[in-house]
Amino acid sequence: MPDSIVVKQLNAWFGEAHVLRDIDLTIAAGGVTAIIGPSGCGKSTFIRCLNRMHEVVPGARVTGTVLLGGEDVYAWDPVLLRRRVGMVFQRANPFPTMSVFDNAVAGLRLAGVRNRSRLAEAAERALRQAALWDEVKDALGKSGASLSGGQQQRLCIARALAVEPSVLLMDEPCSALDPIATAQIEELVHELQTTLTIVIVTHNMQQAARVSTWTGFFLLGELIEFGVTKELFRTPKDPRTEAYITGRFG
Amino acid sequence: MSAGSVWRRRMTSRLLSALAALATLAVITPLFLIFGFLLYQGAAALDLAFFTHLPKPVGEPGGGMANAIVGSLILLGLAAVLGLPVGILGGMYLAESEDRRLPGILRFLADVLNGVPSIVIGIFAYTVVVLPMRRFSALAGGFALAVIMIPIVLRATEEMVRLVPASLREAGLALGLPRWKVALRIVLPAARPGIVTGAMVAFARIAGETAPLLFTAFGNRFWHHGLDDPIAALPLQIFAYAVAPYDDWHRQAWAGALVLIVLVLLVSLAARMVTRGRYGVAR
Amino acid sequence: MERHFEADLQALRERLLVMGGLAETMIHQSVQALVRREEPLVQQVLAHEEEMDLLCIEIDDRCFTLLALRQPMASDLRFLVAAIKINSDLERIGDQAVSIALRVRSLITQPAVKPLIDIPRMAQAAQEMVRQSLDAFVRRDPDLARTVIEADDQVDSLRDQVFRELLTYMMADAETIPRALALILVSRNLERIADHATNIAEDVIYIVRGEDVRERGDKELRKGLRRPPPGTG
Repeated sequence: MPDSIVVKQLNAWFGEAHVLRDIDLTIAAGGVTAIIGPSGCGKSTFIRCLNRMHEVVPGARVTGTVLLGGEDVYAWDPVLLRRRVGMVFQRANPFPTMSVFDNAVAGLRLAGVRNRSRLAEAAERALRQAALWDEVKDALGKSGASLSGGQQQRLCIARALAVEPSVLLMDEPCSALDPIATAQIEELVHELQTTLTIVIVTHNMQQAARVSTWTGFFLLGELIEFGVTKELFRTPKDPRTEAYITGRFG
Repeated sequence: MSAGSVWRRRMTSRLLSALAALATLAVITPLFLIFGFLLYQGAAALDLAFFTHLPKPVGEPGGGMANAIVGSLILLGLAAVLGLPVGILGGMYLAESEDRRLPGILRFLADVLNGVPSIVIGIFAYTVVVLPMRRFSALAGGFALAVIMIPIVLRATEEMVRLVPASLREAGLALGLPRWKVALRIVLPAARPGIVTGAMVAFARIAGETAPLLFTAFGNRFWHHGLDDPIAALPLQIFAYAVAPYDDWHRQAWAGALVLIVLVLLVSLAARMVTRGRYGVAR
Repeated sequence: MERHFEADLQALRERLLVMGGLAETMIHQSVQALVRREEPLVQQVLAHEEEMDLLCIEIDDRCFTLLALRQPMASDLRFLVAAIKINSDLERIGDQAVSIALRVRSLITQPAVKPLIDIPRMAQAAQEMVRQSLDAFVRRDPDLARTVIEADDQVDSLRDQVFRELLTYMMADAETIPRALALILVSRNLERIADHATNIAEDVIYIVRGEDVRERGDKELRKGLRRPPPGTG
């Protein structure tokens, strides 16, 4: 079941660099929220703070609160948190030493699940959810790296979905894909939003406009505007948002 | 573009290609010469008896190096059991650690160890294993070889693990796996081909080491009775036979050298087969 | 940052202004033809119609091209949508002017029913509204647009006045009925022109502020032409 995310006064540093400033926002449960902004505005850092991947970098520091379904994620074991908040990256990164099947269930198997029928069922469910099942069901033993770019990314999505998270974070998932693969993934996002909260970072504004219900605009580490996508792209309130989305930036 | 400069370029290219071919030949030739020489000298003494019989007493013709062959294999096995885990885990630690000072120190120490003459390592093993045990043994020999092996495996492992893209680690962490699991179950398998190559290089090095075995394994004319017994080894046997005044023994020494090289080749091939099986990070 | 998209938008703006100027000319000439009883002016209006149609097609084409190729957002998007609507309103204004010209052509062959006072006044007001709405468009001035919207009432009341006055003439002398009716219809054309100018003004407010201020429902309520839904008002 999807969870809401409430962010209060979130600040993040890489060493001395203050990359996120006083971020306050609420992401509703279920539905798709897009995060847009120019390069270096902090959008990737922001979503990495939501599943505490930001801390993996040496010298990274965070203050503020992030509540997932009402609970403070910084009080949790990060390993458990990351099972509830899944992540898909810019470049598809299936495990090269594993087959399609093994990749899909990697999150479960490496966490200790041994029961083969349970794994098989989870693999099928996740691959169906990722709209990949029909394409790979007869080739589950093939190497994960032998699939096409779009298929690999869907495999990574399936891998993330197999552990049944309540939130899925997507960091520019389509930027390395061709338009058809991109369209497939956008369609997927549309279908997944009923069972998951999805936060998608994208530098493609048309994509944000197409897939999301809410959009947040980041600039230089600050959240400039956050609102319903329809409104933000028709009549943005902040002139900086207007300048960015009409391309008058720079 | 004048015809003259085109011709000049072509000639230069041909000249350099010829030089490169010559250089390659210069490198390969000694290898083939050695192998050929060994074959020529040693093949005559190779027969079934060589592989199955023990050395005969001084003066008697015949006999074989069965115990030395088996002994070398056992010593290699012991070295692997002692040295590979330490080397691989150490290499992984160096590659994955976020600490700023300790890995640098360890790396330096490993490089120093790499440069220590093998006879010194033999003396070290003598002091640490043979003296307390009050006997020469296979264990001591294996230990000495392991110590030589460790820095090689460690540096190779570290390098191969570093080559594993960070995106794989991220993917593992994002799935909710603890760091040690990500390192062991995702990164290590991905680096496996390269690590195996590193292990092979180490094996090739220690298979021929004689000096460290002099006062650890010590050598044995007969079969050993346990791992705490002195044990025969091919390099030791070859050395012993080569400096002796008997022609028969000389021939057997050549044969032993041939067997040793073939042994190393077989180990390399076997390792290559193992890694060719599965998809890994490009080596 | 200068974008060549900006140059395309500016070009579009200029073509709309040309079209607006043409519309104003057609209004002026059609009514002047009536007042001065000059046939050549009627011809000129009819000639302008073709020019107007070509402009309309050209502007539509530009707008669709920009929409397809640039996927505009926010203010650019509102501008293009409004440009399409303004284009359509200007074209209708042209059509109304042509209607006037055609009626005038037969009217000036006959004696006048009465001295023309209100109709020229209506024409003046309608022309002014068209000009101001296009000014507001160029200057992105929502306040000027507001005054245009408010001026519409004045034109409406002038039309009612024309109707009442001509009615008395028609009741007094049945022979004047065809000419009087024609004049009433001309006044109606002018009132429609003013409505279109009001639409343009509303579009300007939408472009600048993002507010949709269409009041058609309100206007009819105010004139008592429609009863408010039960429970409100």
